[in-house]
Amino acid sequence: MKALYALYTDPDAVQRAVDGLRSAGVAEREIVVMSSEPFEEYEFSHRDSATWLHWIAGLGGVLGLTAGYWLTRTTQMLWPLKTSGMPIVSPWPNLIVIFEMTMLGAILATVVTLLITAKLPSRLPHLYDPEVTNGYILVGVQQPSADLAPRMMAALESAGQGRVKSVE
Amino acid sequence: MSRTRNNPMADDLVRPLFNTSVWFYGAALLLATIVGCGAAAWAYQLWFGIGVAGINWPVFWGFFLTNFVFWIGISHAGTLISAILRLVNARWRRPVTRCAEVITVFALMIGAMFPIIHLGRPWLFFWLAPYPSAREIWPNFRSPLVWDFFAINTYLTGSVLFLLLPMIPDFALVRDRSTGWRKRVYGMLALGWQGTTKQWHRLESGMQIMAIAIIPVAVSVHTIVSFDFSMATVPMWHSTIFGPYFVAGAIFSGIAALIIAMAVLRRALHLEAYLHPVHFENLGKLLLLMSLLWSYFVFAERITVWYGNEPSEMAVFWATQRGRYAPLYWTMVVCNFAIPFVILSLKQLRTIPGTVVASLAVVVGMWLERFLIIIPSLAHKQLPYSWGSYSPRPTEIIIMIATFAAMALFYMLFSKFVPIISIWEMKVGNQPHPAHLVETEDEGEAAGLWRARP
Repeated sequence: MKALYALYTDPDAVQRAVDGLRSAGVAEREIVVMSSEPFEEYEFSHRDSATWLHWIAGLGGVLGLTAGYWLTRTTQMLWPLKTSGMPIVSPWPNLIVIFEMTMLGAILATVVTLLITAKLPSRLPHLYDPEVTNGYILVGVQQPSADLAPRMMAALESAGQGRVKSVE
Repeated sequence: MSRTRNNPMADDLVRPLFNTSVWFYGAALLLATIVGCGAAAWAYQLWFGIGVAGINWPVFWGFFLTNFVFWIGISHAGTLISAILRLVNARWRRPVTRCAEVITVFALMIGAMFPIIHLGRPWLFFWLAPYPSAREIWPNFRSPLVWDFFAINTYLTGSVLFLLLPMIPDFALVRDRSTGWRKRVYGMLALGWQGTTKQWHRLESGMQIMAIAIIPVAVSVHTIVSFDFSMATVPMWHSTIFGPYFVAGAIFSGIAALIIAMAVLRRALHLEAYLHPVHFENLGKLLLLMSLLWSYFVFAERITVWYGNEPSEMAVFWATQRGRYAPLYWTMVVCNFAIPFVILSLKQLRTIPGTVVASLAVVVGMWLERFLIIIPSLAHKQLPYSWGSYSPRPTEIIIMIATFAAMALFYMLFSKFVPIISIWEMKVGNQPHPAHLVETEDEGEAAGLWRARP
């Protein structure tokens, strides 16, 4: 069996299914939940909430700031053009370019990290059902062990009104 | 296309992607023809030189730069408003955000074209970019025009990503509902989105960070556009108020553009069930607030100039108050203050037609404002020997009209290929209250009130 899953419409049933799979001995990282919308008020949606995204965005900002400072200072030193009585390396005008590059660095770092950590782009896995985008919530396990499969099946069936399916 | 009975909202919102009316083709053809005329006018200008435009000594900035500032202002409709509403978690934002973000991207693209058209020799536009040329001359970072390059490109990059990221789950929805070439195209656009809890969490965290980052960038863009003027010692340009004045004006015109776009979408795509009168009423209140703020800035700027009584500034001042430009100036005041104030301050008139009329007036008024900032000042510099005038030529007028048509055409095509309302965000707004959370009496009453006025 490549995957075992159930489709529910009720997020409360999903929470019960996730709890049931845990009780059946399925490791946390093996439980997959897919939905067409986030369910912030349910515990199951917070299982992967730990992230370094904010820190990486900050780091991207620091890199952008450094690049902006280097670009403005180095180029002004390379071509020392006197403009309107301003110093060769003019901090006030440079601040504008440095600010824009700082924000650009933060934005790009956020997006790149988001794509990498969310594993995008990727191929659709065996454990996927197009019904998810029709409003169903999928709870399942990829490559379930033969020993645990009956208990997992029972946990998914007892969680609420849902359709239990398997991928062979 | 497969449909489900349990998801009427998704059915409604993806329907325009699969069904095309004759009206759509007719409108697209008409708009494409106007855009084609604009392209021909630009080609004519390229062939015969920038002399075919009305710009001449001493007024070297005419319609092209007016439109540049105008469209950059319109771009403030989307990303900035959307980011603010996301951060304050305004629930009524959900049907509005994507409509708004699209305006930003297209308005920025159109606006950024105008300096290139204005160059006369657009093949040299790369001189604006920071690169070392063969003689090792770098662009001068002390020039506000180079700041524009950085600010507009940062805002455009951020706005495109801010628009694209929340579209991925909706692409996945269309992928799963389509067949043939559509399934392949939307499958590629969806990037293999599955909707796992991890993906949702990363998307929401990323959007939150982007919203925080994009707000100061949006403010900086129009501040820097204002620096193109205020860094010069031209009468009535060299003012410290220009930064916030331009930002307020940009948000003002942006909200007006958003209201017009939403009203058109609501009617053309039959989105009455999603774009409610309350959305127009709320945006109408914001428009009224910005109208008052804009009027305050105009008053503060004008009284300072009048009280200072500096001769070169007074020449510009009187040219706009009671001279050659007075009809345009007072039309601007009526459009930007009188009409929106009367309509939007009365609850009975703050309806969909009312807010659209006020918004149309504001768009006209804000275009006039951009024109009146640029032309009278350049036509009345410090020494009277350098005074002159400006009249637009047909080339400039045709190109300007074509950009409005281009905006409408891009918007139409976008709404044809992408759900114009974020489906997953709408679903989040309609989620049932979790059974494990106890709803207090007050919360229940508040939720009931919200449902009564969605």
